[in-house]
Amino acid sequence: MLGLELAYWQESILRGLGILAAVLLPAGTFVYVFLFKMVSFMQSRLGPMEAGPYGSMQLLAEVGKFLQKEDLVPDRADRTLFKIAPYLVVGTVLLTYLVVPFGPDMVFIDNEYFGTGIFFALAVSSISVIGIIVAGWASASKYSLLGALRGAGQLIAYELPLVLSVVGVVIQAGSLDLQRMVVAQAEGEIFGYGGLGNPFLLTQIIGLLIFIIAMQAELAQTPFDMPVAESELVAGYMTEYTGLRFLLFFIGEFASAGALSAIAATMFLGGWWLPGLDLDADYMNVVGPVVLLAKMMIFGGLIFFVRFTYPRFREDQLQRFAWKVLIPLALVNITATGILKVVF
Amino acid sequence: MIRLSSADTEAPEQAEDEAAETDERREALLAELGEHLGDAVLDSHIAPGRQLWIRVDAGSWLATFRHLRDDHGFRFFDFLSAIDWMPSPYGRYEDATVDVEGGPARPGPSDAAGGYATGVAGGETRFQVLARVAKLTEGDLAVIVKADVPPAGDDPDQPGSVPSITSVYAGADWHERETHEMFGIGFEGHRYLEHIYLPSGFEGHPLRKDYPLLARTVKPWPGIVDVEPMPGGADDEEGEES
Amino acid sequence: MTVTEPTEAEQLAYISAKAADARINVELETEEGMTLNIGPQHPATHGTLRIVAKLDGEQVLWVEPIAGYMHRGYEKLVEVRTYPQVTTLVNRIDWLAASCNEVPFILATEQLMGIEAPPRAQYLRTIFHEMGRIAHLMMFLGDMGVQIGALTPMFYALRDREFVLNQTESVSGGRFHPNFNRIGGLKDDLPKGWLDETVRIMRKVLAFCDLMEDLLLGNEIFQQRTRGIGIIPAEIAQSYGLSGANLRASGVDWDLRRDCDYPMAWKHADFDVITHTDGDSFARTWVRLQETREAAKIVTQLCEDLPAGPIMAKVPRIIKVPEGEAYVATENPLGEMGYYVVSKGDLGPFRVRVRTASFNNISITPWLLRGVYVPDIITILGSLYFILGDIDK
Repeated sequence: MLGLELAYWQESILRGLGILAAVLLPAGTFVYVFLFKMVSFMQSRLGPMEAGPYGSMQLLAEVGKFLQKEDLVPDRADRTLFKIAPYLVVGTVLLTYLVVPFGPDMVFIDNEYFGTGIFFALAVSSISVIGIIVAGWASASKYSLLGALRGAGQLIAYELPLVLSVVGVVIQAGSLDLQRMVVAQAEGEIFGYGGLGNPFLLTQIIGLLIFIIAMQAELAQTPFDMPVAESELVAGYMTEYTGLRFLLFFIGEFASAGALSAIAATMFLGGWWLPGLDLDADYMNVVGPVVLLAKMMIFGGLIFFVRFTYPRFREDQLQRFAWKVLIPLALVNITATGILKVVF
Repeated sequence: MIRLSSADTEAPEQAEDEAAETDERREALLAELGEHLGDAVLDSHIAPGRQLWIRVDAGSWLATFRHLRDDHGFRFFDFLSAIDWMPSPYGRYEDATVDVEGGPARPGPSDAAGGYATGVAGGETRFQVLARVAKLTEGDLAVIVKADVPPAGDDPDQPGSVPSITSVYAGADWHERETHEMFGIGFEGHRYLEHIYLPSGFEGHPLRKDYPLLARTVKPWPGIVDVEPMPGGADDEEGEES
Repeated sequence: MTVTEPTEAEQLAYISAKAADARINVELETEEGMTLNIGPQHPATHGTLRIVAKLDGEQVLWVEPIAGYMHRGYEKLVEVRTYPQVTTLVNRIDWLAASCNEVPFILATEQLMGIEAPPRAQYLRTIFHEMGRIAHLMMFLGDMGVQIGALTPMFYALRDREFVLNQTESVSGGRFHPNFNRIGGLKDDLPKGWLDETVRIMRKVLAFCDLMEDLLLGNEIFQQRTRGIGIIPAEIAQSYGLSGANLRASGVDWDLRRDCDYPMAWKHADFDVITHTDGDSFARTWVRLQETREAAKIVTQLCEDLPAGPIMAKVPRIIKVPEGEAYVATENPLGEMGYYVVSKGDLGPFRVRVRTASFNNISITPWLLRGVYVPDIITILGSLYFILGDIDK
């Protein structure tokens, strides 16, 4: 990539650091822009202003605060499982980012055997459900238990619309690999006009809507935040967690928001490519991540805007919505896409 | 027509004139109740235009409410509580003019020899239960029913019990629990007469007059620190009207 | 009565007995259901209310509310105080609308004394009462959003409520406990420019009500969460003694301001009494929203018609209330609040029974909360709207 010949182990270190940067930088940006500032302005207040200029260092201050807290494990909790659970949740987010392309050559694993892109991402993100259930059960608290069981039901129910809405994009792009999806969108044409490419946003609009709703539910954000219903369950499955472990849950929440936003941006908006830019050029390796970050912010803004506006669904209403509305709609979408792909 | 001072000689006549209407309503209701309940109604009092009190004997406590609800449509349950007529043996504050030196009170103007001075509609025992029920379809027509709590055993100062009216008004549930824990009055037929405000192991019945307010026994009343002059001037005239 | 110091062994035994009582029981007793303690420390209950719920999964088998964590013993405290001192004390029963708490007590005392406040004082008392209602109900609207999960309307409610509290502060010096009513009238007259400012702020309150109706009540998710939840039939509501918006949302047309005769200025204002037929949580929220609008209308009308005159009747310097008993209840924001005052012709009351609205409102929960889901417990409690000080006195 840089014209250097690196040994495999050096490349692996670079990949590791790259993943951490890819996860933490968007998460941090999301936290600052949306959680601290956008929501504060929506609620007619200023948000953190003290730490750093306009409160930009607030996240560092919070990280520092959490790191120096006492390490508490409830008396009756299952110690091993209690300690593992946050790592399960955060680990899956790191793995999800592996398949997202940031530029023409900026892919983490460029391997013909790893061409299953989106399939891998979705499979791996389901593991976080296990992390949540483990967190709830191991906490030995009834509030945590209720939160975990609600979370389990909700996340499994909304996996299906998520996956099914992606299938439409896969059919249209002709490949599971996210890099090929970007290329397909860049080289596609809208009714013969090639200047804007063919972002799947236009043809897969139903798929996009379903994906956004399912994404909101997968992230357990309002209106789907029953697992962490603050006014009922104190903090749901995270009730008994403090310090570093709570920080991991917190970062994991925003990092997974970033991950799913990145996947959505890649699949529906065209990823790291903008109309007018050269697909194969070298400078795209620098511009690409910036473009992708901007597109992630659009989705992230949507997620958090909806989060702080709407009330939350009750658990059974939530399930009804998934099974009776979203899944049939997604199936209709797949059928329509398949037919149109063959016809056109 | 609005009275501006307390010493207004025209007030009583006007009050009777304007209150004659509602007076009739309450008088009519009282007559009906007396007819149906007969001897159970021991005493009554009407504040014209305002309230109607009746006092029944403890045996007909439940029947009175059933009659009120079913035959007169008094469906709204307001509150239920009790009054302990014994004057407080601890006195009250430095300037108290009554209840100074412990022991039973001097007989008041409204009762027989011996016993405690009780309020409107009379009373013969130390404890009285009272409950207010209202009829919402006819303006503010309500009845306050009082009953003497028969003493438990020989000691006239320990209250016994009255029947519970939860079978007539569901809302009496919590009120009876509170009255029971505060005064020690039993309510027969209540589903769960446990403490509601006080912790479960609490001993004693705080609202009885012989239960001291701990804050006052531990630390005497601090007394008047400063007195704010009444607004509107002319403090000297009013000072004489005590 | 002598107070003996408990020995250390006794203290430890007491503490461990309490701990055993309070320890959360994690065994899932699947036949009887899981016991969940909601409270006394909990984000949802407005204060220290403890609700013991027996659950079968997410469904409630039975519910027992345990009040009394904040019992302050008002009825005992007033027996050792003079009447003006009691006025100060009763501000704190329903602490969000303090001027409303004083009014029934002062009216009862004035009834026993046979005096009435002058017209200007009556108008001003009514204005402060309604402003207390507005502040209280704005808090309710924001809080209802928070219970359901919408976090943002709460901030709008608190922001707009500040204007009303500023007005209360400019007249009395206190935002939450103005302690401004006196027996016979008020403490002071209004500062200059207060009336115009208040009329202007009532327009803001009306704009806020429109905002809430759109943002919160019009939201489909809110409607799904509150419609048909916690239906209270009118008969049951009356037999439990529910009052205020809870009663009117079940269809009972009863408002103490219109139906009782007080020496207050409600009879000079033109307002509607809003009822709803459904009796569910949405109906209660909606009725309270409309009540806020009506209260703003009342304040505007009374501010414009305020008569001149004294603000205090001629009362003696040392207030002695003649012998007698009186009960006066007014339509407070939470419901019907009344004081049964027994006087024996002395400087202080002999017995005061405080009839609070929330005590009756919450006593219905064991009947109401059978068979609902856990989230609905929170919705229903939020819509019944209680203040802990009102339940616990």
